Amino acid sequence: MKDRGYYEGFGGAYLPEILIATFDELVETFQQAKSDPGFWQEYTDIMSTYSCRPTPLTFAENLTRRFGGARIYIKREDLNHTGAHKANNVMGQGLLVKRMGKTRVIAETGAGQHGVATATMAAKFGFKCTIYMGEVDVRRQRPNVFWMERLGAEVITVREGTRILKDAINESFRDWVTNMDTTHYVLGTACGPHPFPEMVSFFQSIIGKEAREQILEKEWSLPSRIYACVGGGSNALGIFKAFLDDPVELVGVEAAGKGLATGHHAARLSSEDASVGVAQGYKTYFLQDNDGQMKETHSVAAGLDYVGVSPILSHLKETGRIRFEATTDQEVVDALSLTIQKEGLIPALESAHAFAQAFKEASALSKKDIILINQSGRGDKDIFTVADAFADPKWQEFIKEKAEEYHA
Amino acid sequence: MLESYLRSRLKEKEILLMTHIVLGYPTFEDAFRIIESMVEAGVDLIELQIPFSEPIADGPVILHANQKSLAGGATVQKCIDFAQKVTETFDIPFLFMSYYNILFKYGIDRFAAAMARSDLYGAIVPDLPPEEGQDFLEAMQNKRLAPIFIFSPTTPDERMKYLASFGKGFIYCVARKGVTGVDTDFSKQLEKYLARCRKATDLPLALGFGVKEKADVEFLIGKVDIAVIGSQTIRLVDKEGVGVIGEFIKSLR
Repeated sequence: MKDRGYYEGFGGAYLPEILIATFDELVETFQQAKSDPGFWQEYTDIMSTYSCRPTPLTFAENLTRRFGGARIYIKREDLNHTGAHKANNVMGQGLLVKRMGKTRVIAETGAGQHGVATATMAAKFGFKCTIYMGEVDVRRQRPNVFWMERLGAEVITVREGTRILKDAINESFRDWVTNMDTTHYVLGTACGPHPFPEMVSFFQSIIGKEAREQILEKEWSLPSRIYACVGGGSNALGIFKAFLDDPVELVGVEAAGKGLATGHHAARLSSEDASVGVAQGYKTYFLQDNDGQMKETHSVAAGLDYVGVSPILSHLKETGRIRFEATTDQEVVDALSLTIQKEGLIPALESAHAFAQAFKEASALSKKDIILINQSGRGDKDIFTVADAFADPKWQEFIKEKAEEYHA
Repeated sequence: MLESYLRSRLKEKEILLMTHIVLGYPTFEDAFRIIESMVEAGVDLIELQIPFSEPIADGPVILHANQKSLAGGATVQKCIDFAQKVTETFDIPFLFMSYYNILFKYGIDRFAAAMARSDLYGAIVPDLPPEEGQDFLEAMQNKRLAPIFIFSPTTPDERMKYLASFGKGFIYCVARKGVTGVDTDFSKQLEKYLARCRKATDLPLALGFGVKEKADVEFLIGKVDIAVIGSQTIRLVDKEGVGVIGEFIKSLR
């Protein structure tokens, strides 16, 4: 591997020797595909027939009126097949798996969206599929587990470590070092060893390419600010990439969980709690202690509940190109509630972080300003968590009744 | 230094034994007693693993030992202090084994200096290929410590030579794909791979992953210089306690 995927010191490929040859093959396959003009065409074709690309840009008229500032547009990644931007990455990697002639895919999942997307891709392309998911996430995203299994995937509950996303990634690597001859690891975000950060953001860049065209067509001008939530960073990089050279302020929104001061959060780039380290094969900011042991993270949104962050984002944080903020669980639930009521849109809890930050800032902007929010996914997967957050009595009654039915 | 020690030992023994422990597991006191019985039973060198929260190359046995050691309050400084006590007490070489983040956060130069001060001989860092390890290699060289590199069955001949050009002491050959603590098929195929390893370097060869009984060690005589016993001793400690380790080691050759 000649190009080791560094972004001014972040990134790299810190791999056990057993995987080096596998990564060499992956890098080569990806580079060939990238330089093959037919490949991007094949990719956009499949995304327009199997998923719903281009996804629309929705003008949020009621929210705009409510805040009385910037005009608010929403990029509708929730309208992808399986309900999130994850489909973009998964279908792209699926095409590479075909090129490599492998027959099995594995993936980690936090919120379950990446797992479901991978399972659909595997079903469509005829691959065997195993999904690793932390025990905590299995509990909070049970409907997605159900669908993954219906789609023919084997879902393995990870009971190691903190039992969330990072632990599911570790277990995926442990599978991969054993089965790399037949198996490709469909990493779900722009993290991990080179070429994953580059490759995942390459496929996700379709979001920003479309959004840029769409906003120029509708408004004849670029947005002043773009908001995207940041877990690993793939939806954020996906929408930001096309605007990097434009005079547009890019805002990445992390999970402040129960509040930055409480320590129960997943804010790597917007808090002082993270430091540079090397884990899971790459160098970036991690929430870790002074010894380099990873800390527990917290977020109401499983997909943002992660200790590391894309090395590309760490780099763009240091250059100042992207501003990073964090919103608390409570602010996120409030923003979700408002969006549901005002626009009839149901963003995922992950995406609602971007909404919450945009709502904090929209009023202070002028009516000439445009802001763009990336709705990376839809929220119906979060029904259990959201129902708990709203303490919905009718829902609780329904669950009790349902439980009784099963006892009968 | 490490290589010459190994070569002189190899004049007396057909094959050397390297064992592995996770520092602070089950406790530091127990770890000390385990080392004591290993040395008494004739082990030739020992790798001391500094626990890490994300040990990506380790299977369930060593993974759990890492987690329990950390939960029990192990820190990098405690591990370094413990290693110093061990090297002062026992007259065989000791190596550190850990993941790169442990060294990186401690400071590479500072880590190498601490190793030298504690009379350790070298370090195995399984997630640090030489391409990423320039700082590490320089620091190790400055302190005359041995960086141990790893061959795997998927490593092409050319790359084996490349890796060996950075390695000191010996080369750690991973017996198979997968993580630590899973059975290995000691077969003709392994023999072919080891012949490839032997051709790629003049350094002594160690073979690890799945070695757990006398038959495995016997198979390796004449093919490699060092047999590495990792997960099996942890498994025994978990099941039967610290007391059985000496007997187990003696039963291996």
